Amino acid sequence: MIEVDQLTKRYGPHTAVEDVTFRCEPGSVTGFLGPNGAGKSTTMRMICGMTPPTSGGATVGGRPYRQLPNPGREIGVLLDASAQHAGRTGRETLTLAARTMGVDRGRVAAALDQVGLNDTAARRRVGAYSLGMRQRLGLALALLGDPRVLILDEPANGLDPEGIFWMRGLLRDFADRGGTVLLSSHLLREVEAVADRLVVIGGGRVVAQGGKDELLAGAGTLVRARDAHALRLTLERAALPATAGTDGGFVVRAEPGEVGQAAADAGLVLTELRPAGSGGLEQLFLTLTAGASTKEAVR
Amino acid sequence: MTTATRTPAPPRPGAAVAGPTLARLTAVELRKLADTRAGRWLLITIGLIAAVIVVVQLFVLDAPDQTFTAFFTPSLLPVGLLLPVLGILSITGEWSQRSALTTFALVPRRERVIVAKLAAVVLAALASVLVSLAVAAVGTLAAGATGGAGAWVFDWQLLPHAAVFQVANVLMGAGFGLLLLNTPLAIVAYLLLPTVWSLLSAMISALREPARWLDTSLTMEPLLGAEMTGGQWGRLGVSLAVWVLLPLAAGLVRTMRREVS
Repeated sequence: MIEVDQLTKRYGPHTAVEDVTFRCEPGSVTGFLGPNGAGKSTTMRMICGMTPPTSGGATVGGRPYRQLPNPGREIGVLLDASAQHAGRTGRETLTLAARTMGVDRGRVAAALDQVGLNDTAARRRVGAYSLGMRQRLGLALALLGDPRVLILDEPANGLDPEGIFWMRGLLRDFADRGGTVLLSSHLLREVEAVADRLVVIGGGRVVAQGGKDELLAGAGTLVRARDAHALRLTLERAALPATAGTDGGFVVRAEPGEVGQAAADAGLVLTELRPAGSGGLEQLFLTLTAGASTKEAVR
Repeated sequence: MTTATRTPAPPRPGAAVAGPTLARLTAVELRKLADTRAGRWLLITIGLIAAVIVVVQLFVLDAPDQTFTAFFTPSLLPVGLLLPVLGILSITGEWSQRSALTTFALVPRRERVIVAKLAAVVLAALASVLVSLAVAAVGTLAAGATGGAGAWVFDWQLLPHAAVFQVANVLMGAGFGLLLLNTPLAIVAYLLLPTVWSLLSAMISALREPARWLDTSLTMEPLLGAEMTGGQWGRLGVSLAVWVLLPLAAGLVRTMRREVS
């Protein structure tokens, strides 16, 4: 179980993370979503005791990370797959961790096998690894101590589609056996397939969180008409808050009935009218991304 | 094993999983000194350079002077120059290669990692004295075989002095590494600062007296001989407090507080 309580981190006048609170329960996968620079990594580093928070706190299994005597046996952490000594082989990297944690040396081979790194790959130096192989090694490192909790920052980065599919299966299985998973991503599609709960962060604040289904359901209505311009005017006139999609459709924050009524009153021919589903969450996400990237450009 | 046969393991109380002992962490850090190509070559170079010095002594020394001590003492100097680099790399490598992220994820009490690293490099420094003894012994045998004196002359006081000399060298490097947390910066600072200090004290007469207490190249020199007076120990202690303990203490504080990313 991971509990994050009002975590805040300021760097001078810049607030990277503000008042972030959420929980990850055993048996579930929590997707931590947000655009680049939203504060995902900073939050995860604070959970793992790498970054001291300005205020607030976080516990894993009821204790602050830094007070855990042997955290590798309870929590598997992958914060940055590239953060490995380039001169060590994959196997040596795992062996060092296994010795530190005091786990049996046989676990090294088992972990390598579990993430699909073969003997040749294990003997190569990490400097020669592709990003996908580093992610696999990072996962092996996280799984090495047979933990109850996994904290993974962008683990799908650099993995090929087959690798992403494999990782989903691994995380799902881990959670189904009672484990707790927190994984971050800046791609909604990536976590949508595996997460039970979503925490969406933008500009350092949590903008939405809850069960995945509930979040996807409350995402508004997708509407499309033959005459997109007339539809826009109609929605404006009816004072329905709408955002234009990239493909001529609109996502409206209202019930489909309301939207249909407004269109019927204006005599418009609709080609599509349905609950937005993940499209709505994506829209929310896109607005976040747009805001965040302008902020980043200004900074 | 299929998913169906796996059952959720019972929750483990955190206290049941004991943390790594300092001895175990030191063993891990010792392994880290030698498990990369760069680290391995640094260790090999240290050994080779001690051997080269012995060979040179075989050629340049007059036959009657080719004693065990004459081989042992000169081998300490070049090794003492490389040991600080070992000390620096063992600390800064974690930051430049960013493996600190993994290291501190497994051992969040960072001071334990630092103590283990210091213990590892001290052990390496002591081992280097054994290497110096070994190559000196080989040199003495070779001298005997090639018509030199080959006399087993050795003042046992030299051994603890050599150990202090190398341990001080390696810890000074580690202190610079811990304080600066950046490999090139630490190496340049380590090599440059004492030299600048020596130059300045040679030029400015007011610095001459403090230099006798603070210039490690002066205070450590008596360690290469068998005799050391109380005054010399005192000056050595003061200079090491300034150049070893101070950087180590400040560096420890910095490492404890630093954000790892």
